[in-house]
Amino acid sequence: MDLDQIIIHLKEILVSLEGIANAVDLELRFGLVTGLVFGVLLQRAKVIRYDKQLAALRFQDFTILKFMMSTIIVGMIGTYFLYDQGLVKLSIKPTILGGTVVGGLLFGVGWALLGYCPGTSVGALGEGRTDAFWGILGAIAGAALYAEMFPYLKDTLLKMYDYGKITLPMLLGVNHWIVIAGVTAIFILSFMWMEKKGL
Amino acid sequence: MSKVRDGWNPYVLGGLAGLLSVWSTYYTGKYFGASTTFVRVAGLAEETVIPERAASLEYLVKNAVKLDWQGMFLVGIFLGVLLSAALFGEFKFQAVPDMWKRHFGESAVSRGLVAFLGGAVAMFGARLADGCPSGHGLSGTLQLAASGFIALICFFVGGAIVARMIYGGGGDGS
Repeated sequence: MDLDQIIIHLKEILVSLEGIANAVDLELRFGLVTGLVFGVLLQRAKVIRYDKQLAALRFQDFTILKFMMSTIIVGMIGTYFLYDQGLVKLSIKPTILGGTVVGGLLFGVGWALLGYCPGTSVGALGEGRTDAFWGILGAIAGAALYAEMFPYLKDTLLKMYDYGKITLPMLLGVNHWIVIAGVTAIFILSFMWMEKKGL
Repeated sequence: MSKVRDGWNPYVLGGLAGLLSVWSTYYTGKYFGASTTFVRVAGLAEETVIPERAASLEYLVKNAVKLDWQGMFLVGIFLGVLLSAALFGEFKFQAVPDMWKRHFGESAVSRGLVAFLGGAVAMFGARLADGCPSGHGLSGTLQLAASGFIALICFFVGGAIVARMIYGGGGDGS
């Protein structure tokens, strides 16, 4: 290989590196913009509050559920519409009942104590709710503790009742649009019930 | 029961968040999530203070320290809320939430301790469950993942039990 060829190769490598850098950079910018808009939506719904999150857990005010369930309805329809066109990929997390149920219940315990979830704790800080700062520090400590215990957990709880990456349509053996229609109907009926009860 | 209902319509806002998620998935393939970033931050802290320990922990190595889409998503949430709260005159420094104050008093220290403990337990649980209300509760359910629905139900069951233990039963609304 002569010098000219080497230079051409080096230039090709540089161009492709630049391409990767731009792609990563673009992905980060998309993350920032997506978070920014999501933050505004959460703030306007006034759900980034300890009082609102505890009120939901105390069955006094279901604003958070209304927000989340509306997101799920639109998200399901949009995501599966694009999925059917082959335009998006799904990213299904496995159902390991040992981890999902125990971890889910534990999360709930911590959530009721903190009054913010991981995403909203960062948002709460943006509204001046300084108690969220201690929650975020606690969450970092909790993540570190989990990393310490992971070697034990992965051979115990995380091996219990592992059903893999299953979805409701797979479990029920029906087309995903039937499940989407069913979930949407149940959610809308719940909305009507919540409005009737003034929750 | 007196309730303040001054937020914008949660159905419309939630629906818009659904569109935002679909838009994000279409352009970047990314679904909403938040809790993995806390692992990366813990990893960053350990790499700075106790690098040998950090390198020996499989879970920290698996979730290597990097600023990725999700990290920026969280930065965005912070900035978006700050911007919106400032714009609508709702930014206010508050160390003790109102509901907490009515039941447990003004102490920012006891509130801070419980918040820290709650954050630790919640994050441990979220990592064990492999997701939080974003990753499981929104992204998992909207993809019809069984794990998403199971986790979301467990979040609320665990939360409702402890909320009842903290505040007791009865709907006095305070």
